[in-house]
Order: sequence, then C-alpha cells, then structure tokens
Amino acid sequence: MRYHTPATFENASAIAAAASGVTRFLAGGTDVLVQMRADIVTPDDLIDIKHISGVKDIVQEDDKCWSIGAAVAGAELTAHKGLCADWPGVIEGMGLVGSTQVQGRATLIGNLCNGSPAADSVPGLAAAGAEVSVVGPKGTRQVKVEDIPAGPGKTTLAKGEVISGIYLPPRGKGGGDAYLRFIPRTEMDIAVVGCAVNLRVEGDTITEARVVLGAVAPTIVVVEDAAKALIGSTLDDKALVALAAAASAACRPINDKRGTIEFRKDVAGVLARRAAKIAYDRARGAK
Amino acid sequence: MTQIHVTTTVNGDEVDFLADPRETLLDCLRDKLGMTGAKEGCGTGDCGACSVTVDGRLVCSCLVLGVEAQGKTIETVEGMAEGEKLHPLQRKFIEHAALQCGICTPGILVAAKALLAQNPDPAEEEVRYWLAGNLCRCTGYDKIIRAVLDAAAEMREGV
Ligand SMILES: Cc1cc2nc3c(=O)[nH]c(=O)nc-3n(C[C@@H](O)[C@@H](O)[C@H](O)COP(=O)(O)OP(=O)(O)OC[C@H]3O[C@@H](n4cnc5c(N)ncnc54)[C@H](O)[C@@H]3O)c2cc1C
Ligand code: FES
Ligand code: FES
Repeated sequence: MRYHTPATFENASAIAAAASGVTRFLAGGTDVLVQMRADIVTPDDLIDIKHISGVKDIVQEDDKCWSIGAAVAGAELTAHKGLCADWPGVIEGMGLVGSTQVQGRATLIGNLCNGSPAADSVPGLAAAGAEVSVVGPKGTRQVKVEDIPAGPGKTTLAKGEVISGIYLPPRGKGGGDAYLRFIPRTEMDIAVVGCAVNLRVEGDTITEARVVLGAVAPTIVVVEDAAKALIGSTLDDKALVALAAAASAACRPINDKRGTIEFRKDVAGVLARRAAKIAYDRARGAK
Repeated sequence: MTQIHVTTTVNGDEVDFLADPRETLLDCLRDKLGMTGAKEGCGTGDCGACSVTVDGRLVCSCLVLGVEAQGKTIETVEGMAEGEKLHPLQRKFIEHAALQCGICTPGILVAAKALLAQNPDPAEEEVRYWLAGNLCRCTGYDKIIRAVLDAAAEMREGV
C-alpha cells in the first residue's frame, strides 16, 4: 500500500486518476481502517487528504452559507455553536455516529462516501439541501448530497474525483431541522430507520419542507410526497397522518433480523412525525 | 513494502519509528515503542481499549495509522501517573475496585481524563454516554462510573 499526503485536492485527484489498483481517500479512517482490518478492502493507494490546507475549517461565508472542510470531525462540528444553532438536525445526525472516540475522527464526507444506506449524517445533509464540491480530472463541479450515493458501498463519483468540501445553505428566517433514528439500544448501533425533516415556517404555516429517509432503501430517499403533506399546513393531525403515510410508502427496505420490512415501514412513518414536530418547534422558536 | 519514518511526541517525549503504512498507531505504540498500555480488544473501533488522545482529541488508536502520527502529540495511559504518584482517576479506580482483568482500564482512564479535561463536573449520564465506546466485560460499569465521578469531585476540590 502506498500512502500519499498531497498538498492540494488537484494533486489528490491526479494521484487517484493515475492509480491502477484499489484507491481510497483517507479522512477520519473510521471506515477505511475497519475495512482494511477485516480484509474487505486493502487499498493499493491510500490518499490522506488531511495535509491539504483548509480541510479543518468551518467558515460562514458572507452570504451566510456554511462551508465545512473535508477533514472536520464530528466532535468539531458539535463544538461549533453557530453551526449547531443554524443546523441542529444535521449536527445531531453526525453526533449519533459511533462513540466519543469515533467522533474524534469521523467526517461528514467520509460518512457520505462510504455509501452506507444507513449513514446517519446523510439524511440531514440532504434535507438541508447541502452540496459538495467535487474536484476531478475534468475540473470542479458542485453536486447535491443526495446525488452522491449510488447504492450500498457505491457513489456516483468517477475515477479520480475527490470531494473538497461541503456546503450548507444560509439558514434564513423561520427554519428548523431534526434527525431521528431507530436503533434497538441507546448508543453504538446502526440505524434500522433514519429520518430527517427540514422545514421553514411563516407564522405557524409551513412554507417549505424536505423529508429524507435513511436505511430503508439502497440509498437515502428524498420523499417528495411527505414534503407536500407538510407544506401549507400548521402540522395539524391531518398533515401528520399524510406525512407518515407518505414516508411509509416511500420505503423499499431489506428484511433482516434487525427489522422486518413491515416494521421498518411503520417506524419510518413514526419517525417522520416525531422529527417533523421537533423541526417545527425549532423553526417557530427560531422565528 | 516501503517503511516510512515517523517522528511524533508521546507523553511529552519526542520519539521516532519506522512504519509500514498499513500499521495502526496501536501497533506502532505497542510493537515499536514498547508502550503496551493501550490494548487491542477488537481492532475495529468498537471497544475503546486502545483509546489515546491525538492533539488532545480522544480517538481509537486502532483506527489511526502509525504514519498519521507524524508531527502529532499523543497521550497514552503511560503518561497519566507522575512517577510513583498515580493520577486521581487511577487511584479512584483502585479504591472503587473499578477493574478486574484490566484490559479495558487503560482506555477508560484515558477517555475519562479527556472528559474531565473538558467538563470537570459531568453528570452521571454524561459520563455514561462519553464512555459508551469503552466496553468492559468484567465490572458491569457501575464501579467505573462511580470511580470517575469520585475522581472528578476530588479533582474539583484540587486535592
Ligand atoms: C465503532 C463505530 C461505530 C460507528 N457507528 C456509526 C453510526 O452509528 N452511524 C453511522 O452512520 N456510521 C457509523 N460508523 C461509521 C462512520 O464512522 C463512518 O461512516 C464515518 O463517518 C466515515 O468518515 P471518515 O472520515 O472516518 O471516513 P474514511 O474512513 O476516511 O473514508 C470513508 C470512505 O469515504 C471515502 N472518502 C473519504 N473522504 C473523501 C473525500 N474527501 N472525497 C471522496 N471520497 C472520500 C474513502 O475513500 C472511503 O471509501 C461507525 C464506525 C465505527 C468504527
Ligand atoms: S481495539 Fe481499538 S476500539 Fe477495540
Ligand atoms: S475489567 Fe475486564 S474488561 Fe473491564
């Protein structure tokens, strides 16, 4: 295994583009090292992106958009007051990843690019409308988070492409988001179902919404019908029933010992309602 | 396989070693530096027996490559006592019988020290969540939690 420490994303991309064997980028390593240890993936070229300048930065741009570096670990996100105030749902999703020790290393982009359908930070990012910038042999492109996962362990990134940063839009007035997951215990487990809701209110009425499910299909699912159920409502019972039905209907889950298909569909509806209530309260509190 | 020369600071001392890039920091600490305090329980980030801090941040050393330690500051359980004088956490672990086989203990001590560094007065629940990634197959956790809370109380009084 060759270990590389490029100083720029262009160099990181060039190394990956020229590599002929198995290539991995190294951010926090909490997936890469586990896979190496289990002999699932032993990279021929391992490209550590942590020597690139700016990868540890969290910056609020002039337009209030948040720019988060590719090597910012979960613990650093949780410690950032401004970011937590704007996007509590995104941060609570990442905060559920692993233990304190894992939080010391794991990154949002690693969580996204590992391609697990149950990755806890991804629904919240997609609900927030986050985008990543992708540096590749053909230049740089901006991609929506929901367009990166392509199925378990797979992404839409082409050979030689590396993500250089992640961007959360300006929070703006009356916004609130939340993420909830179901696991059979209270800590250190993989989501059986995850659900993120991001919405905006004017007065008590919801004017914008995005609902995203995790762990119930090969990739996260952006549920348009669930968003429609919320928009125009005051989160009354009718809206909540329609929301839950839309969330359950959008599931295409696997059937395993951690949750049957029926159970996962049901829980998706329950979590959607609960997450919507939290997001709604946050949005009105933030008015 | 090419070995990479790594220079790093462990418990205040500058050390160097040659590492195959596939080797973990845990392997390097134990096999190259002879520091066997950090233990390997699982090798996959689940048990916390290998906990150390890197630049002040608590991590599993089994999930860090040795080559990533270049230029970093690492603290392990070996750095907790000052000579013969045990750290309050170590003393309280003995007092409360918070260890049996001791495999989990170095990791829990390092993790608890990191918690108290950022929160000198944690609630019991905060201690339990903070240490959720440190598994113990012997004690049933209660004595560990009590030892940590007691050490925190003593450290706040500045004994
Ligand atoms: C004990 C334990 C518990 C866990 N619990 C959870 C949990 O509850 N929920 C959950 O969602 N996850 C969990 N995880 C997995 C979680 O830690 C990872 O998914 C993490 O977020 C990955 O981030 P990383 O920085 O460590 O990525 P790495 O391991 O460094 O990389 C992961 C993947 O992303 C790619 N990659 C990294 N950076 C880039 C980049 N900039 N551009 C392109 N590709 C890139 C790598 O090539 C690799 O394929 C757990 C892991 C452990 C060890
Ligand atoms: S040995 Fe590192 S977490 Fe178990
Ligand atoms: S004392 Fe044996 S594992 Fe904790």
